[in-house]
Amino acid sequence: MTDTPDLAALATASRAEVARQMQICNACRYCEGLCAVFPAMELRRDHAGGTADYLANLCHNCGACHYDCQYAPPHPFAVNVPAAMADLREESYARFAWPSGPAMLFRRNGAVVAVLVSVAVAAFLFALAGRGEGGAAGDFYAVMPHGAMVAVFLPVFAFALLAIAMGVRRFWRAAGPLPITLGDLRAAMGDAILLRNLSGGGMGCMTAGERPDPWRRRFHHWTFWGFALCFASTASGTVLHYFADWPAPYPWYAPPKILGVPGGLLLTAGAAGLIAQRARRDPALRMASDARMGAAFTWTLLLLGVTGLALYWLRATPVMGPLLAVHLGTVFAFFLTMPYGKFVHGIYRTAALVRHAHEQRQSRVPEAEAPVETPGRAVNPGAGPARP
Amino acid sequence: MSVDVLIAGGGNAALCAAICAARAGAHVRVVEAAPKAMRGGNTRHTRNCRVAHDAGNGILTGPYPVDEYMDDLLRVTDGNTDPELARLTLERSAEIWDFLEAQGVRFQPSLGGTLSLGRTNAFFLGGGRSMLNALCRMAEDLGVDLRYGTRVTGIEIEDGFFLSATTEAGWEGHAPVRERVPARAFVAASGGFEANIDWLREGWGDAAANFRIRGTPYNTGGVLRTMLDAGADRVGTVDQCHAVAVDGRAPQFDGGIVTRLDCVPFGIVVNRDGTRFHDEGEEFWPKRYAIWGRLVAAQPDQVGHVVIDAKPADLFMPSVFPPEVADTIEGLARKIGLDPAALRATVDAFNAACLPGRFDHTIHDDCRTEGLSPPKTHWARPITDPPFRAYTLRPGITFTYMGLRVNRDARVLFGGAPSPNIFAAGEIMAGNVLGQGYLAGIGMTIGTVFGRIAGTQAAGALRNARDGVAS
Repeated sequence: MTDTPDLAALATASRAEVARQMQICNACRYCEGLCAVFPAMELRRDHAGGTADYLANLCHNCGACHYDCQYAPPHPFAVNVPAAMADLREESYARFAWPSGPAMLFRRNGAVVAVLVSVAVAAFLFALAGRGEGGAAGDFYAVMPHGAMVAVFLPVFAFALLAIAMGVRRFWRAAGPLPITLGDLRAAMGDAILLRNLSGGGMGCMTAGERPDPWRRRFHHWTFWGFALCFASTASGTVLHYFADWPAPYPWYAPPKILGVPGGLLLTAGAAGLIAQRARRDPALRMASDARMGAAFTWTLLLLGVTGLALYWLRATPVMGPLLAVHLGTVFAFFLTMPYGKFVHGIYRTAALVRHAHEQRQSRVPEAEAPVETPGRAVNPGAGPARP
Repeated sequence: MSVDVLIAGGGNAALCAAICAARAGAHVRVVEAAPKAMRGGNTRHTRNCRVAHDAGNGILTGPYPVDEYMDDLLRVTDGNTDPELARLTLERSAEIWDFLEAQGVRFQPSLGGTLSLGRTNAFFLGGGRSMLNALCRMAEDLGVDLRYGTRVTGIEIEDGFFLSATTEAGWEGHAPVRERVPARAFVAASGGFEANIDWLREGWGDAAANFRIRGTPYNTGGVLRTMLDAGADRVGTVDQCHAVAVDGRAPQFDGGIVTRLDCVPFGIVVNRDGTRFHDEGEEFWPKRYAIWGRLVAAQPDQVGHVVIDAKPADLFMPSVFPPEVADTIEGLARKIGLDPAALRATVDAFNAACLPGRFDHTIHDDCRTEGLSPPKTHWARPITDPPFRAYTLRPGITFTYMGLRVNRDARVLFGGAPSPNIFAAGEIMAGNVLGQGYLAGIGMTIGTVFGRIAGTQAAGALRNARDGVAS
């Protein structure tokens, strides 16, 4: 392996493996009830190229289909859908990333993110060293003025949003043009927020073996909602600052605190839980890549949660300054790496769910169906199964 | 720890027996010949179970009374069934849904391509392996001692009374560990003998070498042979089995569901000589797929070839292997090793015999042949539009029917007398109910019903209690 990965060759191999397995799955279909991937697969006879990317990003990696699979290794068909999908999914993030240059960021994602976080934290520690001492207790702006914060964080955040938007556009086009309706968006949001496809069809995820386990989905919920609350907390602070003429620091009952504290707690507990779950993951479901993209993401989230909470509790102590530098450094590195790491999984997966909602509304499975067996008479069931 | 009930096998019947015996307080050991990853016999390849029920339930689309079930069974077996055991099986099939659900098994609506079974068959969410995983988890939770990679090599029986079995752990490895396992009751739930090609030869001759075994390679009939040698009564004939036509490129074992081909009603089927041999449009495929295994087995070299043109290419379930494709009938014949002139003559004769009609694959349409032998009675359209496609068919055996004769308590009969402590469930005794033919999903019905009976009775036998209830 060289340090400049041949993305095209990687893509072909990962896509070909997904397409190979989907050919087997489409002739079997026993997993039809487990998640969205299999009904989406059934609408097609060819699963190559952008279709494979789409299905890989539709897969939530719950693992259920692997344990239910009659063709899993040691069977010579060697079907392992979660692993094949995970490999292609991570590889697809690199292919859809904008600008196209930083593929290296994905190949060594764990290391890159760790270095960036460290560098950013060090930079903030250096820049903010000694500031704010003797200032008002808990006054973050004494350490870093509000204007400086906005000047540093707004550009990097705006760029991250732009890069992600461009990536999603590439992803969407790869699987073929499709109009987006409000109904599709609503359905996909429901699926995404409830993580309907992370439940093994209702039996639970398979994390460490063949016993279904609700905890991975729960930890994911905590992490997501924790992150959302933290983001809402920051946003509410911005609104209060600019529109309500109410600058920080805020009392405990103000929106930034009411949202931020439970958010930080949920984010910390959720990310810690996901890290623990990953350690217990069945080796059969681990991906071939050693990029450690998932680990980089959850550890960053954990660091965000922990430093945020520490700031809340220790804001009136002498360590507030350095702690703020650590927290802001982490946030900066997080914003910077958002388009080039595991963060985009939620974005692409939601986009895949939108496509799926549209297809399920539009499509009929093409195969012939024999009439339903009824004593003495045949019933015409139509062209294919209606789906819930 | 001493073993109260020893169970040979690791599929649906074995696990249902283990769960019921354990719930009745017995110490149960299950010996499964396959390694853990391949556990569960043919259950891992199943997807549903045919159950009688009074009303639809949101997943099952309507009622399926026992009497209708019985009519279906009599039709497919041509009356070749034990009426008492058949009725018992179908009546008790009504309990299967609730029983399996209580063990953690989940159900789903019938799969795409199988809607015709939506009223009669309960489909397992995630398929048979998922269902089996749930049963295994339940058995573990109940303290059942599950031993994988362990086969039974001998059974000690005196006058129909079980004394002990000899088991061999790690028998596929370099250092097998033999153990004599005395137990107070024994359940034979170790499947048929379909993976034993030499045994199949007894019924089929050299044709058996060309069969594909759709399920597990571990069903070699060792326990069945040992029991028969010990004087257990035999049921069924050696050539009877559930056989379907499968893709000829399927692996010899464990091809499972994906090797089925649903294209037969859409084209013609010719044998090695390029000749047709049966009405391809006789009935909807789900109602006919089970006879084609025997039809192909009766042809020279046990091979058939489905030939279709471009028109119906996407009308049937996708195949796991791509078809052979050619722009001419002769080119297709060469690709599949047939005489081009012979195939051309067959196709021309068929095309000329097709009457005009309105093709509709969802009903018994009026597209049929006239003056052709054998006829094609529905869905007959001239094979004229290139590219032409061919799929090769081989007989695919699902499971064999010859097995142990039992009574309604699942007790194995020795010279007509029920054994005090030997029971059988699943494929090894399915021949009591299935003398010939097949009804989709009834294999799992027999396994679950008799697995439950065997486990309950075996636990009851420990205390000499009637009906498995502690006195």
